[in-house]
Amino acid sequence: MTQQTPKIRIRGLKKAFGPKVVLDGVDLDVMGGTSFVVIGGSGTGKSVLLRCILGLMAPDSGSIEIDGVEMTTLSARQREPYMARIGMLFQNGALFDSLSVWENVTFGLMAAARNGHGPRLTRAQARERAGTLLEQVGMDPAVGGLSPSELSGGMQKRVGLARAIAARPEILFFDEPTTGLDPIMGAVIDGLIADCVRKLGSTAIAITHDMASAQRIGDQVGMLYEGRLIWQGAPSTLFNSGNPVVDQFTHGRREGPIKVDVPT
Amino acid sequence: MNGVLDSVAGLGRTVLDIIRTAGRVALFAAVALSHVIRPPFYWRILWGTLVEIGYFSLPVVALTALFSGGVIALQSYTGFAQYHAQNAIAGIVILAVTRELGPVLAGLMVAGRVGAAMSAEIGTMRVTDQIDALSTLSTNPMKYLVTPRLVAGTLALPFLVLVADILGVLGGFTVCVMKLDFSASAYIAATVASLKVMDVTVGLVKAAIFGFLIALMGCYHGYNSRGGAQGVGAATTAAVVAASILLLTFDYLLTDVFFSQ
Repeated sequence: MTQQTPKIRIRGLKKAFGPKVVLDGVDLDVMGGTSFVVIGGSGTGKSVLLRCILGLMAPDSGSIEIDGVEMTTLSARQREPYMARIGMLFQNGALFDSLSVWENVTFGLMAAARNGHGPRLTRAQARERAGTLLEQVGMDPAVGGLSPSELSGGMQKRVGLARAIAARPEILFFDEPTTGLDPIMGAVIDGLIADCVRKLGSTAIAITHDMASAQRIGDQVGMLYEGRLIWQGAPSTLFNSGNPVVDQFTHGRREGPIKVDVPT
Repeated sequence: MNGVLDSVAGLGRTVLDIIRTAGRVALFAAVALSHVIRPPFYWRILWGTLVEIGYFSLPVVALTALFSGGVIALQSYTGFAQYHAQNAIAGIVILAVTRELGPVLAGLMVAGRVGAAMSAEIGTMRVTDQIDALSTLSTNPMKYLVTPRLVAGTLALPFLVLVADILGVLGGFTVCVMKLDFSASAYIAATVASLKVMDVTVGLVKAAIFGFLIALMGCYHGYNSRGGAQGVGAATTAAVVAASILLLTFDYLLTDVFFSQ
């Protein structure tokens, strides 16, 4: 029997900001073609974990491997080819204000071409490609000429998703994809994410504190608490995990092992 | 005794903070400049920033220079008339404008207008994750955001100073001829006689350095801003204040280097 190598493998990841320990030895395996959702309360280090994996933040210690290659020891230039295989949807879209929607969508494609990691595109070709991608996320290609500030929050998220999937990445990251959206738009975004990940065959890591979103997106769910991944399991077991910390969190109870510093 | 020690410790901390910040700024500038010769080059951003600094700052720089030239002429006349030395006014105006007023006033105007805008734009990109997004899209944020702005600042300010020099002299000429009844031809002849290539050249060198410093402060403070809208506001203020102080400090140092003998 052969054992499959994880697409993303994290061991003993630690990160502290002064005396505050945010990640205290995170271990995580994400298999190729699967979606892993990290849940956890505010300030538990979900975003820090994502930033460490993306190389936007250097961990204090520990190992992050992608396809068996250690990422923490690579220079920014050595990481470039790996970054070209990664797509990221930021919490608030993080669209570039100074560019139009279509320029945002194809920004990564143009950048990869400039760096020699992708085929060259003329602006006309890029605009056409942006139209196709916008259609893929359920938007009218005509919005390509608009500025991001002219779009609603949900539309900005969809444009961000189109930008994330533009280069057909092998790995996708989603930072709080449904935050700030109404439940219907949240479900739409989750559906698009699940659809894109399935069609591209990508490996995905999402962080969220939206339980419905975690169940819709994830093949596996894990909970980050006090700097460690204290539980992981199938989304269907999220509400009856048998772990008191997870149960308190998923059911939104004030009483339990998680202490909330709010006066009653 | 403890009070004295606390004061000394506070002073030491301040000095260390200044040295640390200077080191960070120098490193930031070195990293940005290392991208000047390495492709890819972002020509569209460079051109856009050149236009923003060089073209859209023209009205404010032109007006400032025009009136400053006029003020120098008026003030010089008040003093020089007592000694019947009015003939020296044209020389004073061109010397003051080309050596000092042109570069310093244009620099301060650009620091207030463009340095603040750069800091606010990059700072907003920082707090809204746009800079992180650049990194995830195969784009080095320093190369994309900072390097073109530093180059544009260095190239655009000498152009503005050249315009400021011309308009400053024109301001002096206008006041002297229209208000003080100087002979236009005599004034022009005195101006040409006093015009030194060295003065203009050093003024333009100063301008290039000031342009670099203004863009550096705008980019550095914007790039390192934290904490939402308040952080961006603080970064913008810091960028303008730091650029203005640096500009005046370097003005003294450069004047000392070029004109002290």
